[in-house]
Amino acid sequence: MNTFGGPALFLDRNDINTDEIIPARYLTEITKSALRPHLLEDLLLDGKQFDNTSKTFKDATVVVSRANFGCGSSREHAVWAFEVNEIRVIIAESFARIFRQNMFNCGILAIELPKGEIDRILALQGEVIITVNLEEEKIKAVSSLESDSPLTCSFSLNKFDRDLVSAGGWLAYAAQRY
Amino acid sequence: MGKTIAEKIFEAHLRDSPTADNMVLDIDVVMCHEITTPIAIMDLVEKGMDSVFDPKKIKAVIDHVTPAKDSKTALQGKILRDWAIRHNIEDFFDVGSNGVCHALFPEKGFIQPGYTVIMGDSHTCTHGAFGAFAAGVGTTDLEVGIYKGVCTFRAPKTLRIEISGNLSSGVTAKDVILAIIKKITVNGGTDKVIEFAGPVVDNFNMSERMTLCNMAVEAGATSGICMPDKTTAEYLWPFIQDKFDSVESAVESYRQWHSDSDAEYEETLQIDITSLEPQMTVGFKPDQVVAVSSMINSAVDQVYIGSCTNGRIEDLRCAAEILKGRKTAKGTRGIVTPATPQIYKMALDEGIIKIFMDAGFCVLNPTCGACLGMSSGVLAEGEVCASTTNRNFNGRMGKGGMVHLMSPYSAAAAAVTGTITDPRTLLA
Ligand code: SF4
Repeated sequence: MNTFGGPALFLDRNDINTDEIIPARYLTEITKSALRPHLLEDLLLDGKQFDNTSKTFKDATVVVSRANFGCGSSREHAVWAFEVNEIRVIIAESFARIFRQNMFNCGILAIELPKGEIDRILALQGEVIITVNLEEEKIKAVSSLESDSPLTCSFSLNKFDRDLVSAGGWLAYAAQRY
Repeated sequence: MGKTIAEKIFEAHLRDSPTADNMVLDIDVVMCHEITTPIAIMDLVEKGMDSVFDPKKIKAVIDHVTPAKDSKTALQGKILRDWAIRHNIEDFFDVGSNGVCHALFPEKGFIQPGYTVIMGDSHTCTHGAFGAFAAGVGTTDLEVGIYKGVCTFRAPKTLRIEISGNLSSGVTAKDVILAIIKKITVNGGTDKVIEFAGPVVDNFNMSERMTLCNMAVEAGATSGICMPDKTTAEYLWPFIQDKFDSVESAVESYRQWHSDSDAEYEETLQIDITSLEPQMTVGFKPDQVVAVSSMINSAVDQVYIGSCTNGRIEDLRCAAEILKGRKTAKGTRGIVTPATPQIYKMALDEGIIKIFMDAGFCVLNPTCGACLGMSSGVLAEGEVCASTTNRNFNGRMGKGGMVHLMSPYSAAAAAVTGTITDPRTLLA
């Protein structure tokens, strides 16, 4: 699959951490699907509790955020919580190392864009659809409002990260190779 | 051109380099606990890959919620326990011999200079105190570590922090690392190894070095790291006697890992801690750090002393210095958990447990407990905890609770007065 994406959810804050993505009290779950209702349950945006029941949240398959996304704990549950909510792409200014590695290890895309590009995307109003073309390394963001013209930006993926995504993750890759 | 300690360790463990920037390393120690490992085990079983690369290089402990608090945590413990037995993992620590992983494993001599270490736990960076490259990883990396004994990292870039000056009394390694995180921020270390160096680090004991390295990940770093020296060799001596003739010869051999004087760093910072005061966090990010003296009189509901950051004997001694002959304030709850059984025993023998109990503290068994808000001291909404742990994220110790990170001195001082207190005012 070379093109993916869909409705976007904007999380306009730096340093969104793993405990906000999935709190430790759910780490006793043994199945990934049990995490579904708890994604972003403890997130604060502008000092206010984030609503993880809204339609934009439910529909989203792409998340756009700021710097140092996924910092904190090593829990891969944070990635799975997105995965079981059908979110397959996260675009941010930067990621915490373990979180980004966990994303690619699960075969999910973590894309980094410069701050200026993220600013432009987050400035879009209305409902935004984002499509990612892996082959061309291009992202397109289209708003439902006609006043917002569509945006296109380029990104680059490291070859190894790309190989992990196509191998279906690091376990499959390593089992074959080492 | 010279190399950093991290580069030397990477070079000595390089198995594969799929690109110039991606390296696959052989791993010397894969550590496991009952929160992140069971799900990895279940997945390996499901995929028909239920084997371990080397049972001697795998260390496992039940530490986060122990003894189990409910059926779910009991099941997590059981999955880990059954797996350890099934694969002849001898270094497995269960109820009675268990303690917080990052305090217990060093005590057993499992981590030595030049090693590569991974664990499904972000504070694995603690073990860099021994001159090892030690990194927290997610479940998939852990699975591959267990199954194949390898892990992938980007080529290490190093941020060197040289710490000089004289620590004044009542100021500790915890205050130093909080001040550093404030300075470099929560992502100042992202994708980097933080090398802690300079006279202050040279004079630190292993416990203090572990406190420093423990919080490297709160600045986003992959690992903290200190040069292995005489202090390291003396600490490890009971475990390395067969390898070396004397402590001096171990020190000599460890020198091979030291960063070269012409090594290339991403950045070098100089920090003088002579005028450093006790520090604490406010808010939900570990870089929101202020001087304790600027927050005095703000109320505290609970005091928590323990964890992989500050649950070692040296930490308990500091707290006891303040608590001796004093009582916790009315309306403030004190909880202490010595990080390992050995620490607990030493604290008993030294009369420290008695001091805590006389002060009105609840003494818990060694466990992570309230540090991650899963058991043993979870906060109610709106409550505040003065804590010696390492993470103050929103909800960390219970939904709606606020955690102020600080040193054992400062936490003990808060217990006595029931408010944030500069510990120096209570030290003799
Ligand atoms: S004491 Fe806290 S930070 Fe340390 S390993 Fe346990 S839960 Fe993690």
